[in-house]
Amino acid sequence: MKRYLQAIGVTRGILVVFLLVLWAAGMAVGLELSPVLADCLVRTGMNGVLVLALVPAVRAGVGLNFGLPLGIVCGLIATVLPMNVGLRGWDCFAAALALATLFGAIAGIGYAKLLERVPGEEMMVGVYVGFASVAAAAILWLIVPVQNPELLLPLGGKGFRQTLVLDGYFGRILDRVGQFKFGSGVFPTGLLVFWLSLCGLIAFFFRTRIGIALTAAGENARFARASGIDVGRMRTVGVTLSTALAAVGIVVFSQSYGFVQLYKAPLLMAFPTVAALLIGGASVRHATIAHVIVGTFLFQSVLTTALPLVNRIVTLSPNASELSNIPEIARLIISNGIILYALTRKDST
Amino acid sequence: MNPESPAPALVLDGIKKSYFGVQVLRGVDLTVQAGEIHALVGENGAGKSTLMNILFGMPVIHETGGYEGTMRLAGQAVVPKTPSDAMAHGVGMVHQEFMLLPGFTVAENIKLNREPTRPNLVSLAATVVTRPLGGERSRGIGRALESLDLPRIKRESRAALDQIGMSLDEMLPVAGLPVGHMQFVEIAREVDKEKAKLLVFDEPTAVLTETEADELLKTMKQLAARGVAILFITHRLDEVMAVADRITVLRDGEVVARLDRAEATVPRIAELMIGRTLLQREHPPRAAGALGAVTLRVRDLKVDMPGERVRGVDLDVRRGEILGLAGLAGQGKIGIANGILGLFPATGEVTLEGKPLRLGDPAEALRRGLAFVSEDRRHVGLLLDESIADNIATTALQAQGKFQRGRGPFALYDRAAARTHAEAAIVDLDIRCRGPQELVRRLSGGNQQKVCLSRAFTLEPTLLFVSEPTRGIDVGAKHRVLEKLVEWNRERGTTIVLTSSELLELRRVCDRIAVIDKGRVAGILAPDAPDVEFGLLFAGEAP
Repeated sequence: MKRYLQAIGVTRGILVVFLLVLWAAGMAVGLELSPVLADCLVRTGMNGVLVLALVPAVRAGVGLNFGLPLGIVCGLIATVLPMNVGLRGWDCFAAALALATLFGAIAGIGYAKLLERVPGEEMMVGVYVGFASVAAAAILWLIVPVQNPELLLPLGGKGFRQTLVLDGYFGRILDRVGQFKFGSGVFPTGLLVFWLSLCGLIAFFFRTRIGIALTAAGENARFARASGIDVGRMRTVGVTLSTALAAVGIVVFSQSYGFVQLYKAPLLMAFPTVAALLIGGASVRHATIAHVIVGTFLFQSVLTTALPLVNRIVTLSPNASELSNIPEIARLIISNGIILYALTRKDST
Repeated sequence: MNPESPAPALVLDGIKKSYFGVQVLRGVDLTVQAGEIHALVGENGAGKSTLMNILFGMPVIHETGGYEGTMRLAGQAVVPKTPSDAMAHGVGMVHQEFMLLPGFTVAENIKLNREPTRPNLVSLAATVVTRPLGGERSRGIGRALESLDLPRIKRESRAALDQIGMSLDEMLPVAGLPVGHMQFVEIAREVDKEKAKLLVFDEPTAVLTETEADELLKTMKQLAARGVAILFITHRLDEVMAVADRITVLRDGEVVARLDRAEATVPRIAELMIGRTLLQREHPPRAAGALGAVTLRVRDLKVDMPGERVRGVDLDVRRGEILGLAGLAGQGKIGIANGILGLFPATGEVTLEGKPLRLGDPAEALRRGLAFVSEDRRHVGLLLDESIADNIATTALQAQGKFQRGRGPFALYDRAAARTHAEAAIVDLDIRCRGPQELVRRLSGGNQQKVCLSRAFTLEPTLLFVSEPTRGIDVGAKHRVLEKLVEWNRERGTTIVLTSSELLELRRVCDRIAVIDKGRVAGILAPDAPDVEFGLLFAGEAP
């Protein structure tokens, strides 16, 4: 039992127990479990690519990539461009993914050059790069000319709306591939297959010669240099890959969500993503694909389950109307609580 | 207690300790008299560190279930629960790695957290104001606000330094002092603790030059003469012979022998430590005429390596030889290999097999058949959190494309091949581990060194640079490492440039020895040259 617990880790153990308690409590108050489970899976797949995006940066030794919003902004630009010219369905989704990879890679190279100048401070600088890129993008959203009236800000005839509806473009297009019903929930086959394939691809990358070089450079730069590895180049590769994956990640996120959120929405997205990876057992210096899969599922499932549960409990109570704010407050407490807990567990125990 | 016949400073009786079911100490008895230098020797993993952790009340002992047996300090039974507990009972420790604040002066470091203070207005006021909290707490708060008595700090530090014969200025900041001096500051701090009755020296000479080490040993003798009991832990058996009154040999958690110095010899101690007779195979040096042509030609090499600056070295390495680089610490012998392999900025003219070698590019050096075992095992030599197999294979994979399936940067790393290779290396070099998947961090220093060596051998170099291969490792591993180097040299014709602080080991295996002084080659000697010639070159005087 003790060895078993050690293998999965105390943090994961606690969260699994917490999740089981939530599910049991849900059943006790008469919550139907199958749609909740389906939601957990959708949320996992939806956030999974963003969490995966952190791994190459950790491996390359620049720590947790708090500059994730930079990649996210690239992904958002890549999303609105094909929408603006009127592409729809798979065309629009494929174009968004392709552009996201391209923009993310270009921004990533620049970001890597910046990080090269601040050795040891990558994580803090990353936070500011993330914030700055969101602010810069907000200006961009406001001033660019928009041809597609569905996307146009209702006032002024210029700039994008706050929230773009993806119905008719590529909303839930991936989720629906091969989906099937279980109970009254729907299993998002396409989404999960897409995410797990990307995970597989990255896992494969880390088994290649360049992947090993990147890991060595991240773990011990002096060792890597003595082994003839160009440490600066490996860090650039890691940061670029991370940023490009973040761009792809937001496209996948948006299609599942059904909306594209511009302006301030990406501002704080790095934090829950980082929390999910840490919950999965990663640390600032070490992260694997298994950490991504386990962490994303646990983190998102706890959040996804807690909200309808609190909702249910509130509606059951006699003075429901006075308590209408409670679910939102509970969500904030739980999500930020998990983030806090994850960040205190930086050394992956 | 009867003052006429003082109790021994330290008595350990039947100390047993196990970590997670593994017995690391199996009933150790040890007695150290006041005024005695008692050497504690043993191979890595013999239980020396655990014993010191118990003596010093380190938390790791009590977190893992405590220990069995009794400990008496000056006749009084104690169970130290924390290091400050141990200090209060008069145990002082001189660490292998220094515990000093670089920005503070020597005096401030000596007196840190034990500063003499004087009351001032604020502290008096605080004592009055906090009186309702109760006398003891109130006085504590008052004392915390008292002024430092700087003249007294200075005076007492000076006295402590004088006691150990150091003329060092007590007002200098510690940052920038030579390592040898830092060691003496540590000792002065322990001496200054008036209650220090037992001082533990844990590998104190590991980072010192030979002259500094001699000074230290002298100081230990002076301290002992003043009645301080000293427990001396070291790998260097000649130092044991130089100062110890008695010697306790530890092996596998048990005391295997207690010797008086008179009955001890270095081979006897070494034999007891490893439990088998040390094979002293001699490799006769080859005459200069029997050596091959020049393979590596170095002219006016300058290397900007902090602490080991090279200031213009001219050197010819001949094919098939073992060339030793000797010299005192800080004279630049370490910098030579680091410069040629491109790990530190270097200028000069280096040609390998007649073609120039670009400096500052480790990848090129590796491609041209050079390999390097760094003196900095933990920071340059190893990926501590990776397996033995990955450590051995990584450099060969990156520099030479070994252990890969397919071609190009996206070629797959062949883990199975690396594991098979590592299994062979484990047998070949006698690496003590649980298998090729064990993390290198969990290995002892000697076994880590063998992994470094195996990593270099895997490159199948034509010219191998090895720096300080035996630093901080036990006698058994030391022997193995040197044997292996000679084996590769004799059987595969690998040319080896061996840099070491231990002249004796260079004289055992090298064909020629270049002595480095002030960043230059002071002279090249045959290994069997008389001691006096080496002495002169080390001292910077041409014979």
